[in-house]
Amino acid sequence: MTKLTAHDLAKKQKEISVAEFFERNKHILGFGNATRALVTSIKEGVDNSLDSCEEVNILPEIYVEIKNHEDGECKIIVEDNGPGIVTKQIPHIFGRLLYGSRFHAIRQSRGQQGIGISAVILYGQLTTGKHAKIISKVQQDRPAVVMELAIDTNKNRAEVINRETVHWDKPSGTRVEISIIADYKRGKRFVYDYLQSTSIVNPHAQITYKDAEGEEYLFERTAEATPKKSCEIKPHPYGVELGTLIKMAKNTKARKLSTFLKTEFSSMGDRTTNAVCEKADLDRNANPKEMKREEFLALHRAFKKVKIMAPSTDCLSPISETLIRRSLKHETKEISPEFIITASRPASVYSGNPFQTEVGLVYGGTLPRDKPVQLMRFANRVPLLYQQGGCVITSAISSIDWRRYGFEQPSGKGMPSGPAIFLTHVSSTQIPFTSESKEAIADIPEIENEIKLAFRECARKVQHHIHKKVRRKKTREKFDLITKILPEIAKKSANMIDKPIPSLDAVITKIMDIVWIEDLIEYEKVSRQPVQTTIIPDKESDNTRSEGTITKSKIMVVNYKHNSQKFNLYALIPKDAVVGSVEPKPAKIANNYIKWNLGTIPPANKVDVSFELAGLEKGDFDENDLYVENINPAFVIGADKWEGD
Amino acid sequence: MINKDYSHVINKIDSLAAKIYNDFQKTDVPFLQLPTRSKSNIKFDGKLNVWKYGENTIERSAKSLDGAYMLLRTMYLADFIKEMIKVNKSSTLREMYYISEGWDLAKFHSQNESNLLAEDLEVITSCMREDFKLRPEEDGARVIGNVTIEEMTRNNTKKKIHCQDDVGDAGYSIPYNVEPEKITFKGTDADFIVAIETGGMFDRLAENGFDTSNRAILVHLKGQPARSTRRFIKRLSDENNLPVIVFTDCDPWSYRIYASVAYGAIKTAHISEYLATPAAQYLGVTPSDIENYELPTDDLTKEDINALKSELTDPRFQDSFWKGEIKLQLKLGKKSEQQALAKYGLDYVTDTYLPEKLAEMGITRK
Repeated sequence: MTKLTAHDLAKKQKEISVAEFFERNKHILGFGNATRALVTSIKEGVDNSLDSCEEVNILPEIYVEIKNHEDGECKIIVEDNGPGIVTKQIPHIFGRLLYGSRFHAIRQSRGQQGIGISAVILYGQLTTGKHAKIISKVQQDRPAVVMELAIDTNKNRAEVINRETVHWDKPSGTRVEISIIADYKRGKRFVYDYLQSTSIVNPHAQITYKDAEGEEYLFERTAEATPKKSCEIKPHPYGVELGTLIKMAKNTKARKLSTFLKTEFSSMGDRTTNAVCEKADLDRNANPKEMKREEFLALHRAFKKVKIMAPSTDCLSPISETLIRRSLKHETKEISPEFIITASRPASVYSGNPFQTEVGLVYGGTLPRDKPVQLMRFANRVPLLYQQGGCVITSAISSIDWRRYGFEQPSGKGMPSGPAIFLTHVSSTQIPFTSESKEAIADIPEIENEIKLAFRECARKVQHHIHKKVRRKKTREKFDLITKILPEIAKKSANMIDKPIPSLDAVITKIMDIVWIEDLIEYEKVSRQPVQTTIIPDKESDNTRSEGTITKSKIMVVNYKHNSQKFNLYALIPKDAVVGSVEPKPAKIANNYIKWNLGTIPPANKVDVSFELAGLEKGDFDENDLYVENINPAFVIGADKWEGD
Repeated sequence: MINKDYSHVINKIDSLAAKIYNDFQKTDVPFLQLPTRSKSNIKFDGKLNVWKYGENTIERSAKSLDGAYMLLRTMYLADFIKEMIKVNKSSTLREMYYISEGWDLAKFHSQNESNLLAEDLEVITSCMREDFKLRPEEDGARVIGNVTIEEMTRNNTKKKIHCQDDVGDAGYSIPYNVEPEKITFKGTDADFIVAIETGGMFDRLAENGFDTSNRAILVHLKGQPARSTRRFIKRLSDENNLPVIVFTDCDPWSYRIYASVAYGAIKTAHISEYLATPAAQYLGVTPSDIENYELPTDDLTKEDINALKSELTDPRFQDSFWKGEIKLQLKLGKKSEQQALAKYGLDYVTDTYLPEKLAEMGITRK
């Protein structure tokens, strides 16, 4: 046996193409089995379509179709009305892995690495040997291009097999047809779930889905504007790694360290820059290109020692509570839930990456009472369908003691049981996924904490809701008592001893001994422009809207106490609503509440209060949240103690 | 028909209506107060020698929905009784329940509810159900023995019935009204009364001629005895100076039968002095008998055990006899029936068991 030398080994050492690598590691990308492969393929296609539509401010209309062949082969079709792709770029986008526009940008988007759709094409090629077909149209008056692509896994390049121009009715858009081996029977439920979930967190998208049996499902659009466009931000010093820092310094145009820090990073002003340089013991006029590794290390360490403002959060595009509510309401119609509650946290930061948490809770209706609550997890508007157990969302929810909020939860830990759906959306410039297949968010303490805070707020609202319901029920009983039973007792006793029926007023105020506040919400369609909406509407859709809804809230305050009452009333309103007429004249209209100083109400008298809201759709505001001040809240049914702004 | 003076009943009912009316006039929330009718609120009345309700009261106030409904029903019930008295009719408790269907908001949702309210009304007015012209559903228990009863019949004629010679094997049937205007005792020639829980044992004693051989009056309790049965036993015992012995199965429910005969039942403690026979003695079957007579047994059920434990805290069972027997039974974990005595033959109960026990108790000589 001849002894191998390093030279012999060197002959075997060669570059591994990325495509080749993924060919062998397809489970990492979510193609681990035939069921997953189906959902992953659809997901990659739809994510791409949504991202591209949003980039050019088009309301997405997405069509998804699956054709199932008996031999286990599925053809998946995803079509959108996005901007299309210029012919030259088609082979790069669909035929190369790790090619994309979003990888280098620090802002919130669905896809990032540029692996997604090309991986699907690669998977299709590996399992069926068929080529992918791409149709794209970029301009109204131009024909569309049809391209058949294969991927050369050695070179990580696309091979264009065929190219034609055709007529396509759409003004613009992209259509992808890829044949893959997949388990349609098992996977079809997940496809439906994925599309429904996607529709919930993308209320501006309309998704049509035709399954292999020919059944068509429509997930309707519930918001008429594309989400606020997230903008790019520069890296934050807290999140940058040493290697990246060195690379950035090599490439910078700045000639001074201070300029480099101020221009290439976010949140770095003069003061912070000086503080960092001082801590690192570096000259702020040093040329960053000539700095040594030790100096970078000192700089990197100094970042952590100085208090640096959090990065700006306008790079994030949260969904907004109103829209989450609206979509949840729309998608859970058949369940007829008792109530839907949402909560959102202000943007926060983990290792220099901004992120924001929004949660929603659907309660009651036909949801099973004895089963664990259903989780809906989302990251940057993408549903997370697998690996629920390994996700920070799950561990955050499990660590809350839900028992005091009316849920079942043995020992106060773990997944609670009860008739509810918990929705969590985390948006970030950098979602810390546990793996490349992007199915679970890693256990980052800052994120876990924010999710917990959001759900605690929701849970408090649930408790509040249930408590309010119980109190109202009790008082309703009292109403029955004073309006029906008491007069009967009086009548009967008077008849039996032949006397006139006694007056009941004094007894009634004694029994009730409360101030009763009852409210009602009505909606009125009006053919006028809504004054404002949550999302910044683009001009086009603003003009096409010719009608809106006015939400009218009517509140009745009755004094059933035996003495006069004088107090202040507050009604919470959504921040994004516009206040119309308010009766009586309010003492204050803030951006999230209206305040009235109610005049003296004598016993057994009532006061009517009302206000109108515009800029909301029917059902967005379906319950008043009322508070009182300058009165013992225990005397009041229908409102709680005002705790301040 | 029996003519009875109901004016005191009408007065009581009217003063109840006036109480509620005056509450309204005084702008008070109307309420009624009545004793708490539970185990925790019965006290031994040394003067009457029976168990009565104690000091604890509950208030039925129109402040709460339940209380208001209760007041409304009470008013309707009172008015209904007044009406019945006026037209000289009576109704069964069940009929009253159905009549309430027409009472709109005041209607009852179960017969148990209406029965309880009738009892409440007795407690509030200190009248008896019979005063209200309400009768129970249950048919009367049976009597066999050397006693002559004169009963006022439906035809308004008095009829004498001898409870051995004038009755068949089933005996004399106790009517729901056993007050003097309905029945009187016209002579007895007996030494004691035996109150028997089960029909099987009553028939055994009758067939074996125990009433004649031992100069006994046999009364069938039919399980938990009806008011009329208890009142009958009390009158028979008091007016003829006859001791009463109670002969039941050996389980916690049978002890409660004895307690209701001797001490007064919790539900009717307001009229214990009319219904209870304080001198009644418990004969058996006792848990000790299970051991002494080696009787066939069944295991105590969970409900049995709970009932026994509850009896240990029942003020009526606090003497050493009951405490000892109940604790013994809990230790044995067994219960037995009267008819288990048949293990030794059909005559054993009349020839051996009863004579032995009666002698032990000093009722007869051995």
